Amino acid sequence: MTAPDPLSGFLDRLSAAGLHVEAQQAPGLAPARLVIVPAADWGRLGREAKVAAWRWAAGWGEDGDDTIGVNACFEKAGTYFVARTLVPRATPVLASHSAAYPGADRPERHIRDLLGVTFSDHPDPRRWTRHHAWQQGEYPLRRDFPAAGQPPAQTPADYQYNFLLAQGSGVYEIPVGPVHAGIIEPGHFRFQAVGETVLKLEERLAYTHKGIEKIAEGRDAEGLARLAGRVSGDSTVAHAWAACMAMEKAACVDVPPRALWLRALMCERERVANHVGDVGAILNDIAFAFGFHQFARLREEWQRVSHEAFGHRLMMDCIVPGGVATDLESRCMAPMLEQADALRQQIGKLMLIINDLPSVADRLRDTGVLSPEYASALGCLGYVGRASGMDFDVRRDAPYPPYDGLTVKVPLNHFGDVNARVRIRIEEISASFDLIRALLAEPPGGPIRADWKEASAGSEGLGLVEGWRGEILSCVRFGAGGKIARFFPRDPSWTTWPAIELLIHGNIVPDFPVCNKSVNGSYSGQDL
Amino acid sequence: MLRILGKIQRLGIVTEIVPASSEAALVDIGEQLKARVGEQFAGSLAIRQVDAGSCNGCELEIHALNNPYYSIERYGVHFVASPRHADLLLVTGPVSRHMEEALRRTYEATPEPRLVIAVGECGANGGEFGVSYAACGAVANVIPVDAVIRGCPPTPLALMRGILEVIAKRSSDP
Ligand code: SF4
Repeated sequence: MTAPDPLSGFLDRLSAAGLHVEAQQAPGLAPARLVIVPAADWGRLGREAKVAAWRWAAGWGEDGDDTIGVNACFEKAGTYFVARTLVPRATPVLASHSAAYPGADRPERHIRDLLGVTFSDHPDPRRWTRHHAWQQGEYPLRRDFPAAGQPPAQTPADYQYNFLLAQGSGVYEIPVGPVHAGIIEPGHFRFQAVGETVLKLEERLAYTHKGIEKIAEGRDAEGLARLAGRVSGDSTVAHAWAACMAMEKAACVDVPPRALWLRALMCERERVANHVGDVGAILNDIAFAFGFHQFARLREEWQRVSHEAFGHRLMMDCIVPGGVATDLESRCMAPMLEQADALRQQIGKLMLIINDLPSVADRLRDTGVLSPEYASALGCLGYVGRASGMDFDVRRDAPYPPYDGLTVKVPLNHFGDVNARVRIRIEEISASFDLIRALLAEPPGGPIRADWKEASAGSEGLGLVEGWRGEILSCVRFGAGGKIARFFPRDPSWTTWPAIELLIHGNIVPDFPVCNKSVNGSYSGQDL
Repeated sequence: MLRILGKIQRLGIVTEIVPASSEAALVDIGEQLKARVGEQFAGSLAIRQVDAGSCNGCELEIHALNNPYYSIERYGVHFVASPRHADLLLVTGPVSRHMEEALRRTYEATPEPRLVIAVGECGANGGEFGVSYAACGAVANVIPVDAVIRGCPPTPLALMRGILEVIAKRSSDP
């Protein structure tokens, strides 16, 4: 007996409200179901979904012959559905979901910039992903736009973007970036401050826009896996897994159990590496050099074992369509387990020292508070969401193999400050150690890769993976000859970047780096 | 505080005589680097890292140069916050068109004589991303480049070797 399905009740409710929705078979999208919605009902769908407490997870579009398809993915308690509507290519106008879901604001502007769909009641008319590499009225994701485009001989810096201004005496502005002071990705932050206090922060991103969705078109499955592994280098395992999962569902390829086991091992290793590195970097941002060097040391040791076991320090290109590229030699298993146990101990001891320092607590507590209300409004994912009451993890709530046979501990906190995000990360590291231990206890045998089957033209797939930043959603459609026709990877950073604008409010400017690092959104992952 | 000191003392020094790996050619790369930096940069080589559109993988390994294992600062190599303080730009790519002008300006803000190293497959030749409506590809398509460090991403050791090679080459140039 399965739990009651929140989707059928919701669909009944929509029908009762007069919406003409229709659930369709789309096996490639499983566990999500496909719901076709007339364009005229799109705005109401958003409002009804909000009332019924669905999370707006992602939005993306796709050029067709005479129409443009627009999709929005919703989730509630681990049940997913993809709402799809078609608008005429000649007059692509649709109602916006942004009023009900503030988290839809930037994704809709991205669709507008790249596909030319107008969201009629969208509150923000400004560009988002487009700077000046292509002109207004040109849409890179339209089929008739060549991947090479027609860029100017030299693309000028972004200009004529109207940042919102705060007024009043003593208000001053601090522009930061795109080239930042540290070794970090580029983006622009516009602060309005009074004295040390931030009145308002506005982000301007898309500096690392590399046309990933466009240059995916025409690739074969292996080529797409390589590209997906470079959407955000720190999440190479999780993004490659999500894209491969989507392609495998579209092509009906069954991945052997040993390959799934290896994927999970790598994904947990990636989670630990990033959390360990970030905790160190957060301590560095409050000038606690001891903590920084200790965690940097642990990260390096961890990465070396990844290299030893999988041949790459970040495990890039280790996940391939149908399985994984290299097997784990049995001689590596015992050291891997030992290292996980040793690291757990070391982190425990370090946290005893760190927790004991009032100066650390003073900088982390009550700093950069993201309230549960805001986190829920934006649909914040991963440790950012979980530090602000969003109790969700794909591995537990919509488990994919091998997590369907494992117990995943999901930490939760409600304080929403930098301190809470650090605590959640430390607990997630520990949960990953448990998973690594459980995985290493029962290694399945057999092949590590299934033969690839060419997917039929038009087939589509959806990949959902809990990366270290949270749920990664990856959509793939194949065209003729087994070549990719559409690829959209939604990094969880889309949901946490807007949160920084909110959580920095009222904090002092010098606390921005630690607030930012505690969230650590991926620029590359959101800029695409 | 006592506990911190205790931890530091018990752990000792993990910093390696580069490298711990078996690559014989690299055995004294660090000492060579230090010697070159000493000769040519009065003991201090200032690097400004510029991410001109990378996937962030290269940055992770550049970060690792500062961890206690590589600790590149012990050779006089350090990362600075402004191009105006830099001898060398370490640029990752592919250069996105949205970063093109920012990269040019950073280059122009760097005092001469300046060195530029393009890092990673993307910086060297565009990598998986190549040239498109959104990307200019290799760093050399936008600013003059003295050397490239290949790899996706290059390992910290490859980065150290690449930095050494470019400053060694500089000294042998007339
Ligand atoms: S070279 Fe590799 S790691 Fe570096 S930016 Fe390019 S894809 Fe990322």
